[in-house]
Amino acid sequence: MSAVRVRGLTRRFTLRGVLNGVDLDIAPGEFVALVGASGSGKSTLLRALAGIDHEAQGEGEIAVPARLSVVFQDARLLPWKRVLANATLGLTGADVRTRGLAALAEVGLAGREDAWPHELSGGEQQRVALARSLTREPELLLADEPFGALDALTRLRMHALLKRLSETHRPAVLLVTHDVDEAIELADRVVLLEAGRIAADIPIDHAAPDRAARFLALRASLLALLGVEDPLSDEPKIPGPTRSMGR
Amino acid sequence: MNAPLTGAFEIAATARPAWTPPPASPPARPRLGLGRPAPLGWLLGPGLLLFYWSVGSASGFIDARILPSPWATVATAADLIREGRLQTNLAVSALRAGEGFVLGVSAGLVVALISGLSLTGGYVFDGLVQMKRAIPTLALIPLVILWFGIGEVMKVTVIALTVFIPVYLQTHNALRAIDLRYVELAETLGLSRWAFIRSVVLPGALPGVFLGLRFAVMSAWLALVVVEQLNAASGVGYMINLARTYAQTDVIVVGLVVYALLGLVSDSAVRVAETRVLSWRRSLAS
Repeated sequence: MSAVRVRGLTRRFTLRGVLNGVDLDIAPGEFVALVGASGSGKSTLLRALAGIDHEAQGEGEIAVPARLSVVFQDARLLPWKRVLANATLGLTGADVRTRGLAALAEVGLAGREDAWPHELSGGEQQRVALARSLTREPELLLADEPFGALDALTRLRMHALLKRLSETHRPAVLLVTHDVDEAIELADRVVLLEAGRIAADIPIDHAAPDRAARFLALRASLLALLGVEDPLSDEPKIPGPTRSMGR
Repeated sequence: MNAPLTGAFEIAATARPAWTPPPASPPARPRLGLGRPAPLGWLLGPGLLLFYWSVGSASGFIDARILPSPWATVATAADLIREGRLQTNLAVSALRAGEGFVLGVSAGLVVALISGLSLTGGYVFDGLVQMKRAIPTLALIPLVILWFGIGEVMKVTVIALTVFIPVYLQTHNALRAIDLRYVELAETLGLSRWAFIRSVVLPGALPGVFLGLRFAVMSAWLALVVVEQLNAASGVGYMINLARTYAQTDVIVVGLVVYALLGLVSDSAVRVAETRVLSWRRSLAS
């Protein structure tokens, strides 16, 4: 029983094919990072899972949990609602305020519930977006390059936060990113999308004793698969996971 | 390769000179900006006009029959107020404009909501309003007179019709121009249609509504001037018309100044309401 099940998914925009037969499973509580070059179709896949790809045509089978939430690259807060109202947007019930305040505290924004979105920094806005996702208690969290617009230091802090949140709440996570380091650091599994197909599917063992060395090797081979030469590796080629290691 | 690098970092850390803050300077202004705005700078233009007017009148360059002097105008205004004519006529005019404004704004908002929030509503109303928009309201006056006579109902109707258009246009446009990103967000959050309209569409359209209101206030006074010139037995326009009959240029000028003040005051009232309601907005003007 998986949280996400995708079979033979294809998507086209007018004539250009973007996804060509994608199969993907994500187990409950599993953290999957989806990497790929620009135009590889990673955002299209995420939007298909989120059910917001109305403009695309295609076929295939998608099964996702009913409780899913999306974190976009822009925080996408409603500027006319204060932080708490943004975090609890669309929720109903007596305990909405309590839940919203708890979620805001969890992302480190306790006491900022009455601020307007424009009074927050970019990182803080993205924290509110995370809190908004948390208040829905999602079984699947879809994140579309959520830290892409943040500066490097803020991004590191947000990595730690997302890691902690996903370990506490255990949703299945699909993180779309073009940042290979981010993918290796956060995910249980890195899936590489290339020209609308899954080109590699690499499990990551965070408990391995030689973690650092393995990560470097993995980084180099992922970058090689993405067609980038790894500036960190002086050695000519490190044998690492290759395309054939995909499932 | 690593050792000397670490050493270099240590040297840099220990030999770093104490940081001294730069000398305090006044807040920098952009070199290519327009400079520091003066608090009441906008009064310069009107002030200059008043100055030329005064000099022209005092030197006899401006004939008092063409344009009375500023002080003669002020004296006339004082007389009109003492006799009570100005207040009475102003009250009548303000009531007319107010009634037409409220009617026109209400109708404009209701029709814009129907036509902005539903496709069918748009098909029914938008074409009609665009057609109505192509006919100047003043061209409808003969028909309105035939329908409602030349009394108060006709006047208020013409004002309401004039006010309706900008309120409708701006509101409809704002309702339809909601950012697609917010629509996506609402879909992923599972918002109901009503919750979407209440939380996203309506607050998002409010700036457009206020823009429509500001146009509407001005059109209300404009329409008022026209209907009061037509056939009226009271009001500022009546006062002006009567003055023309007796060639009282000073009374005409007082009337015009009153119109200008009314427009300015009501426009700033809408702007104050706007900044109150849209306090979430951080715009260039704020």
